[in-house]
Amino acid sequence: MRRTLFESLTHRPLTEAPPKADDSALAELAASVNRAARRRLGRSLAIRQVDAGSCNGCELEIHALNNAFYDLERFGLRFVASPRHADVLLVTGPVTRNMREALERTYNATPDPKWVVAVGACAADGGIFAGSYGVVGGVHAVVPVDLHIGGCPPNPRQLLQGLLALLERAGGT
Amino acid sequence: MASLLDIIPQGERFAHHRPWPRFLVTVEGWCYAAAEIARGRATLSGLWGDNSGGPMVHMAMLDDTTGEIAVISLPCPAGRFPSVGALHPPAIRLERAIHSLYGFEPAGAPDPRPWLDLGFWDVRFPLGANTATRTDQAPYAFLPVEGEGLHQIPVGPVHAGIIEPGHFRFTANGETIARLEERLGYVHKGIESLMTGATIEKAARLAARTSGDSTVAYGIAFAHAVETALCIEAPPRARYLRALMAELERLANNLGDIGAICNDASFSLMHAHCGILREEVLRAAEACFGHRLMMDRVVPGGVAGDLPPQGPDLIRSLVQQIRLRFPPLVELYDNTASLQDRTAGTGIVSAEFARQFGAAGPIGRASGRGFDARKMPGYPPYDQLDFAIPVLTAGDVNARVWIRIREVEQSLNLIEQILVRLPDGPIANSLDNAAAAGEGLGLAEGFRGDVLVWVKLDGLRVARCHLRDPSWFQWPLLEAAIEGNIVADFPLCNKSFNCSYSGHDL
Repeated sequence: MRRTLFESLTHRPLTEAPPKADDSALAELAASVNRAARRRLGRSLAIRQVDAGSCNGCELEIHALNNAFYDLERFGLRFVASPRHADVLLVTGPVTRNMREALERTYNATPDPKWVVAVGACAADGGIFAGSYGVVGGVHAVVPVDLHIGGCPPNPRQLLQGLLALLERAGGT
Repeated sequence: MASLLDIIPQGERFAHHRPWPRFLVTVEGWCYAAAEIARGRATLSGLWGDNSGGPMVHMAMLDDTTGEIAVISLPCPAGRFPSVGALHPPAIRLERAIHSLYGFEPAGAPDPRPWLDLGFWDVRFPLGANTATRTDQAPYAFLPVEGEGLHQIPVGPVHAGIIEPGHFRFTANGETIARLEERLGYVHKGIESLMTGATIEKAARLAARTSGDSTVAYGIAFAHAVETALCIEAPPRARYLRALMAELERLANNLGDIGAICNDASFSLMHAHCGILREEVLRAAEACFGHRLMMDRVVPGGVAGDLPPQGPDLIRSLVQQIRLRFPPLVELYDNTASLQDRTAGTGIVSAEFARQFGAAGPIGRASGRGFDARKMPGYPPYDQLDFAIPVLTAGDVNARVWIRIREVEQSLNLIEQILVRLPDGPIANSLDNAAAAGEGLGLAEGFRGDVLVWVKLDGLRVARCHLRDPSWFQWPLLEAAIEGNIVADFPLCNKSFNCSYSGHDL
């Protein structure tokens, strides 16, 4: 273990620097994060992820946000274990009928101010699963949605861009 | 030599069912086969309802040693069939699901409670001939646990991590778990109802989204089923590209699981390093196939896209990198006593349970059941590739980690062989020229175990499709494995299983 730890000290971090402000929207958002979010949330958003019926593809990519390449926490964004600690609900999947009540309860357990981000094609309108007896539809059919991040599943970069955009909006309104 | 067919009573054989036979049986024949499975003469591989040609139940069985597979079908015009679960516990949840979805009653079943139907659908028996409007349903009764000093801990469906939803009801005595009971079905999307009447293209997209982490495995199993039903074959190059994608998927998932299991023992160093390797596999997959999870890249008839010119070199350098950086992590795992203290001896699955339930993947292989669909019954191109199936017998979390470590090494070897042998030629055959339409059974080995897909085609549309995730036979074993362990070790055990919720709930 000692060797692995020592090696980590001599290697450069893998975390990818956000692109420069002049050539990417990501950098623009990353730069505005501090200014906008500090006002309301002290530069930090706590995220509670809720799988409301996903195939688990979206979860894999949300997990990837925590790896060394994307390192979500450097932006002040972090995942928390309870909706009571959360500012943001990150909801995936078409909302199944079997998960509707759980999603509503999770939403109600989240203190205000709060934002809901619907992640993935299914969360927008039920996607390929729309119309089934087991599916209510998109997340907006159950709780109010502030932002949609598309993709099947969205890759970590798309997720990051969406979350950073939310930071700006959450602080700006 | 004994054959699987010996335990199937003589019955009419369906002419258009491929590649393994399907027989129509009587009630007596059904009961005989169920009793033989319960005696261990065959492994239960699937049990599902069907209403596409009158009410019927199908049971797939497998001979572990020869790889033979057969399906028997019992019409149940009165909506009843003899319970298999009464003789063979692994069938219980499958039967409960058949009842909840179709309304067919397993006569003599030991557990009449619904499964998948949590009381929220507008209708009861949504896939049956007689869907019923929902009337008030009695609250779900968890199994009783009696004794002094017991308390219950309800967990879920919304869990603490970034994980799929399910409900776990623990009954504990102090820290020690006396009973765990799972209640699943929260992510039931009605995939099989959406399949009915769908075009093959749409059905393939649904199959690819049954369990996102196994999207390639589902794609291959579905393609196998459709291709055999249509009597066509994917071209050799497509077979190799499928195997390449399947091994990349297995590699990414096993790396992710090894790290995540250690993380649940609070050893985040492994998690961080395995997470880096996993990410690099996904990036290579995106560069080569245009999608990090390679979703929709396997299609019936072949594959959706070819490897770009720089693909082989890119993947070779990925393999080289992992070969360089993975062994120190294995050493780290092996030499960290505090981590071993958590994983060794924790959450033991007995060899007997693994055999009885036909547990597949790392769960079966850590408990002495070496079944792997790539070897047995086998499918191209694995018959031309050299690889071993690691098997251990300890059955604990540690053994499940080691199986995954060995599988990472096997996948790396397989990927190199595939790149060397990758034949030239077309990557897909058209389905339009198919001579026949019938029924097909497809099997593919995902990182979790064998995925079984049964499809009945009506022209180029799906009349009925059943998808059986390996998790069906693994979830019940988690309940057994956790008994007598402490509550704090549940996340560790659960992660070492890593069963699919979505694949199970459908």
